[in-house]
Amino acid sequence: MAVDRTRLPEPGPPLSFNFPEVRRRTLANGLRVCTIEHHEVPLVTCFVLMPIGSSQDPGHQPGLAAITGDLLDEGSGDLDALAVHEALGRIGAHLDTEIGADATLLELTTLEQYAPRALELLASMVWNPRLDPRDFDRVRELRLSRLVQLRDLPPAVADRVFTQLLYPEHPYGHLPIGTEEALRALTIADVTTFHRRVYTPKNATVIAVGDASHDRLAALVAGAFGDWASPEGVDTDLVDVASLDAPPSPAGRVVTVHRTGAAQSELRMGHIGLARSTPDYHALLVMNMILGGQFVSRINMNLREEKGYTYGARTSFEFRKGPGPFVFQTSVQSDVTAEAVREVLAEIRAIRGGRPVTAAELELGRAALTRGYPRNFETAEQLGRAAVQLALYGLPDDYFTTFVPRVLAIDEHDVTRVAEDHLAPERLLTVIVGDRDKVGPTLEGLDLGEVSEVAIA
Amino acid sequence: MNIPFVRHRLDNGLEVLIHADQNCPIVAVNVWYHVGSKNERPGRTGFAHLFEHLMFEGSQHYDKGFFHPLQAAGALLNGSTNADRTNYWEVVPSNALELAMWMESDRMGYLLPALTDAKFENQRDVVLNERRQQYENRPYGLAGMAIVAALYPPDHPYHWLTIGAAEDITAARIEDVRAFFQTYYRPRNASLSIAGDVQPDQALRLAEDYFGELEAGEEPPPFTCTPPDVRTSESRMVLEDRVELPRLYLAWHSPALFAAGDAELDLVAEVLASGKTSRLYRTLVFEQRLATEVAASQNSREAGSFFQIVATAAPGRSLTELERAITEEIDRFIQGGPTAVEMERCRAQAESQFVYRLQTVGGFGGKGDQLNAYNVFLGEPDYFDRDLARYREASSAALQRAAAEYLRPETRIVLSVVPKGRTALALEDAQPAVVA
Repeated sequence: MAVDRTRLPEPGPPLSFNFPEVRRRTLANGLRVCTIEHHEVPLVTCFVLMPIGSSQDPGHQPGLAAITGDLLDEGSGDLDALAVHEALGRIGAHLDTEIGADATLLELTTLEQYAPRALELLASMVWNPRLDPRDFDRVRELRLSRLVQLRDLPPAVADRVFTQLLYPEHPYGHLPIGTEEALRALTIADVTTFHRRVYTPKNATVIAVGDASHDRLAALVAGAFGDWASPEGVDTDLVDVASLDAPPSPAGRVVTVHRTGAAQSELRMGHIGLARSTPDYHALLVMNMILGGQFVSRINMNLREEKGYTYGARTSFEFRKGPGPFVFQTSVQSDVTAEAVREVLAEIRAIRGGRPVTAAELELGRAALTRGYPRNFETAEQLGRAAVQLALYGLPDDYFTTFVPRVLAIDEHDVTRVAEDHLAPERLLTVIVGDRDKVGPTLEGLDLGEVSEVAIA
Repeated sequence: MNIPFVRHRLDNGLEVLIHADQNCPIVAVNVWYHVGSKNERPGRTGFAHLFEHLMFEGSQHYDKGFFHPLQAAGALLNGSTNADRTNYWEVVPSNALELAMWMESDRMGYLLPALTDAKFENQRDVVLNERRQQYENRPYGLAGMAIVAALYPPDHPYHWLTIGAAEDITAARIEDVRAFFQTYYRPRNASLSIAGDVQPDQALRLAEDYFGELEAGEEPPPFTCTPPDVRTSESRMVLEDRVELPRLYLAWHSPALFAAGDAELDLVAEVLASGKTSRLYRTLVFEQRLATEVAASQNSREAGSFFQIVATAAPGRSLTELERAITEEIDRFIQGGPTAVEMERCRAQAESQFVYRLQTVGGFGGKGDQLNAYNVFLGEPDYFDRDLARYREASSAALQRAAAEYLRPETRIVLSVVPKGRTALALEDAQPAVVA
């Protein structure tokens, strides 16, 4: 049969999607347990969510939460650091630890048959780490070396400078790895005290997903974590980032970091955005898809597909417990740095009303978020991460099931309104990591405020 | 490992593989072309990858970019090029399968009528920026080029990295695109897999309808290359870079993908440097604190692989100390072989990694991609169990033998990457490395 190549086949209507059942219980020690059945592959993936991110670092100790998270798998209970990994290796288990602004997340994946042993090891790490001074010393040294190496990595330098300047004197004002000065000043006693204070069953949520029944998954978690007791007489309260005032928003400014002979300029442009709890969440997702959130967005099509300035460019809102950043990021060839900045500024202004979103763009932005939605929930890991979002941000159980209709309810007016309300061209902080001699002179006349140079922190 | 599939060869030579998996209402469409940077010639490097970019710029019957209609249908999509092959995939909602088939078949059959100078020049600039971002402006970013340039002679097609030389990319001409497409982007040089929520007979009918009409064309010229001479002496190089910590690279020729010894060296890499209990991590990072990180890998490729160890010096430690400690650990492994515990661990890791990867139908390394990999490289898409058996059945004696045969000090390339102006930090007698 000859096919019709005069027009594209229409995809069918959006597929209905139901998030699988999440069952919850709370153990006697206060630990919350979520279970999800997923029988596709004989695996179990288990997450331990501690709402302890770098924003819980005491003001003078940036990096404390991260190094604490890093030390969890360096020996626990009867096992020293190597023995822990020997035990994980023998059952082919895969462990990951992530530390972000709002949370520390441990993820362990194992074949179902080894799940009891794997959970036992995981619980022991979280609850009963050895925190041995020699391990602390070694891990700290590795982190200090990492900081040294990051000075040569343009994206890391740009992120660091952007974060520090955007959130002065705020829990979001540093990267999780912290600073050299603070890491050098830390002691194992700081880690032990911090761990004892905030790693408590009441603060923890364990999410188990995989090829087993709810009852079996829950029994596995209870068996491993049930005897974890909260310390007596310790204030286990966490900083409530959501209740803090955002730092004052300064006028726009441009900051450069010099890198001799750099082949490209690493760029960040942005300002403080919104918290995960914003009622404009869905509208902002749609707006961002149109502005810079996917390949066919305005900014990527402009900078990459029309001008060839870059390998790729994007914008994002990082929605956190407190207001996270809105940021544009790219890496552009040095001689067009100023042009790229000018184009992005023009695009941000345009979507606020100068060139408002069209019906076709709206449709594309909404479709990209909704039509492919089920693919976000294919694997045990994806389902577990979704449940982590529910737990961390206190989202309702029907959040994923109602996502598609909520996005489809967003119209052009909503998009323009949230762009006007939440994009602020006059407040943009622009960070450029590049060669001063190639970039500097071209920045004259950018309508983005004062230009200054900082040294690599 | 049960990955049932239907296999069918269209009259024009296109291989079609269909795997039904109703877990999630999505389908992965995946196309492999058996062409990569090893089909390039000296002076024309980087072309296979530049060509891949042009496959996303529109084809005759839909000339407004490849991304737009697919992203509008909720697809995730990408492509990649390496030395041996080029792959393209999209994961779409199951009711957009026909759209994906339309788009993939149109660019397989009708790319050239939509090709313009403007598109070509734009993507050449994008690729030059990709090169700057991923190689030139990244610490240690040029080390990989120095390694392959030293391992293979200039006329060997693994002498250059897939990204190619900047001057070659700049010199590429639009006529090259036409010739390349006509030579390699042929149904008979491709394999199409469809994995996910489909009815196999219906998917096969779509494949016949959309791809069956494409011209078979000529058989691509057979790939040939002369294997590099067996090395008889160590070669030492130094590369200055904008880095703070010196780094050491050791590399050896090793057996080709799926050849005898390939899986064994994968497991040797696992025992040497995967995880904290591995020999090199334990000695270099954990106990002696000579290094901040260490990695080992068997880089498996069709026409010959290379085994590589990379270690970064801890502040104040020298590459000479690193080299000595690594060599001692390799010697010890060759003398004594892996322990029973190490064998148990590396097999368990290999097996679980295998299962983890096949959780998903789409993307790089998912089921659809793996079916095509086995089909293109071996002509056996059902190779899953035998692939796993290569790892399950590898004996400790075989690991020991493979290490003894291939990881000899006199056959290795050693590259020191040092901070600019500080070549004294390199191993003794290192010669300046050549990078394109």
